[in-house]
Amino acid sequence: MKKSLLIPVLLSAMAFVALYSFKNISDSNSKPAPDADNAGLKLPEGFGALKVAELGANARHLVVTPQGDIYVKLARAKEGKGIIVLHENSDGKAQVTGGFGNYGGTGIYMKDGYLYASSNQEVFKYKLDAKNKVINPDKPEKIITGLKAGRQHETKSLVLDNNGNVYVNIGVNSNSCQEQDRGLRSPGIKGCPLLDSMAGIWQFKAKELNQSYGEGIRFATGLRNVVGLDWNQQNNQLFVMQHGRDNLNSSWPELYNEKESAELPAECLYALKQGDNAGWPFMYYDQIQHKKIVSPEYGGDKKKEADSKYIDPAVAFPGHMAPNGLLFYTGSMFPEKYKNGAFIAFHGSWNRAPEPQKGYFVVFQPFKDGKPSGNWEVFADNFAGTPEKAAAGRADHRPCGLAQGADGSLYVTDDVKGTVYRIVYTKK
Amino acid sequence: MKQVLMVILILTISGVTSHAQKKAEAKKTVKTEVISAAVFANGQKVYNKYCLSCHMADGGGVQNMNPPLIKTTYVLGDKTQLIKIALNGLNEEIEIDGEVYNNVMPSHGFLKDQEIADVLTFVRNSFGNKASAIKVSEVKAVRAEKK
Repeated sequence: MKKSLLIPVLLSAMAFVALYSFKNISDSNSKPAPDADNAGLKLPEGFGALKVAELGANARHLVVTPQGDIYVKLARAKEGKGIIVLHENSDGKAQVTGGFGNYGGTGIYMKDGYLYASSNQEVFKYKLDAKNKVINPDKPEKIITGLKAGRQHETKSLVLDNNGNVYVNIGVNSNSCQEQDRGLRSPGIKGCPLLDSMAGIWQFKAKELNQSYGEGIRFATGLRNVVGLDWNQQNNQLFVMQHGRDNLNSSWPELYNEKESAELPAECLYALKQGDNAGWPFMYYDQIQHKKIVSPEYGGDKKKEADSKYIDPAVAFPGHMAPNGLLFYTGSMFPEKYKNGAFIAFHGSWNRAPEPQKGYFVVFQPFKDGKPSGNWEVFADNFAGTPEKAAAGRADHRPCGLAQGADGSLYVTDDVKGTVYRIVYTKK
Repeated sequence: MKQVLMVILILTISGVTSHAQKKAEAKKTVKTEVISAAVFANGQKVYNKYCLSCHMADGGGVQNMNPPLIKTTYVLGDKTQLIKIALNGLNEEIEIDGEVYNNVMPSHGFLKDQEIADVLTFVRNSFGNKASAIKVSEVKAVRAEKK
């Protein structure tokens, strides 16, 4: 009797020890050592970074699977491949294992067994197997087609909610809807007809094929261009980062001096509800006055406040830093304060000249109960290489896409050299 | 008499030599063309006000957006084409050394002929560029053709 009890107890004890040690092994595997120089990045204490790969291509957004595969979307297809596939070794370094999708673009997202990727006019989906590998890379399903794409703000970023909807940014091919784009003292086109099919976020069904404007819903409008966007799981809400307008000084030199033009307008984080209007091109947000201001193209004088029907930003950042990646952190590798907060990759400015350029870093905005709480801070810096290179706009690397690994690592792409960074928390 | 002849000979030789030197100098000027400080300064002033915000202080442009002005055929090649870009702006994709630039350049036809000539001369002789000056008459001719 005693003997027969002893055996199962012993067996379960052995199983526990075996499982526990296996868990330890997989833990140490999933947390690779940072590079000695943290891949050139400056990070808060306790964090480290490693260079996962360098693709030598314009790496935009990315997806990291729990199995250690990385899908990187390229701005332009390289040797006929617009999506590069990498696989990570146990040391965290990855090598290219393949590629597919003969189209350039920015957006890529993984949800419920599918990989979604965009060209500048279409969105495709690829079925994944149980290990998150694309089953048929040459035969994607085209779910969205015929989206407008000009020669500026042409990229289509995308994200999915939890109800089978895809949200796609359609940027507008204009700076401020002027009669002559970016022209000197050129007035705004009345009513800005471009808004009917651009400058907003459109919602489509993930399950339907060949949808275009007729099948989609204009979810939110008045957004000049969005590159970074993410679905906030806590609020069950879409958040987007707008690229604010340029050329306040060069188009309206009598109203805005070079310094004002470098700082204004804000790069805004918006929490969106269906039907929201963020006001482009009729207004911009002035983060110094904390006011919505009428655009000079539409009768503004730098002070006149815009109609209150336009939504307020959740957070307003300094001008022109070009937010290209947004990610709500839901992992548990980083300390508690990062949980559910927002990481934002600022690609870096150009329209601050002759003032020093700004950006080229990843920022952290703390959140509490689904709302921004406290001040943002620079999280990962020195993508540019030196402060001088950042000020001159001659950055070695420019952060673009963000993704979270299964272990809670933060991945960042660079679209100058195609570097894929992985940031880990190393403190015990 | 002998001495007088000698002096004449020396004078003649030196005169010929100095004449030859002048000729060589003149040739040299045509080749490298000295641009007046006033033209350069005015060109730079116009550049800083209307061009720098996109093409940057170093003329290097902006990745994907605004093309560089450094040693490109757009800047150093056909003068008429360059003057046209300044007058009319440019709204087409540009590829330089495998990089694509997409931003719209608005017309700068509001600038005076002198300002266009000076700024283009400045650009053609800055950022490591070396090319002939653009004359006011050349700008005038292209502008007239447009009308």
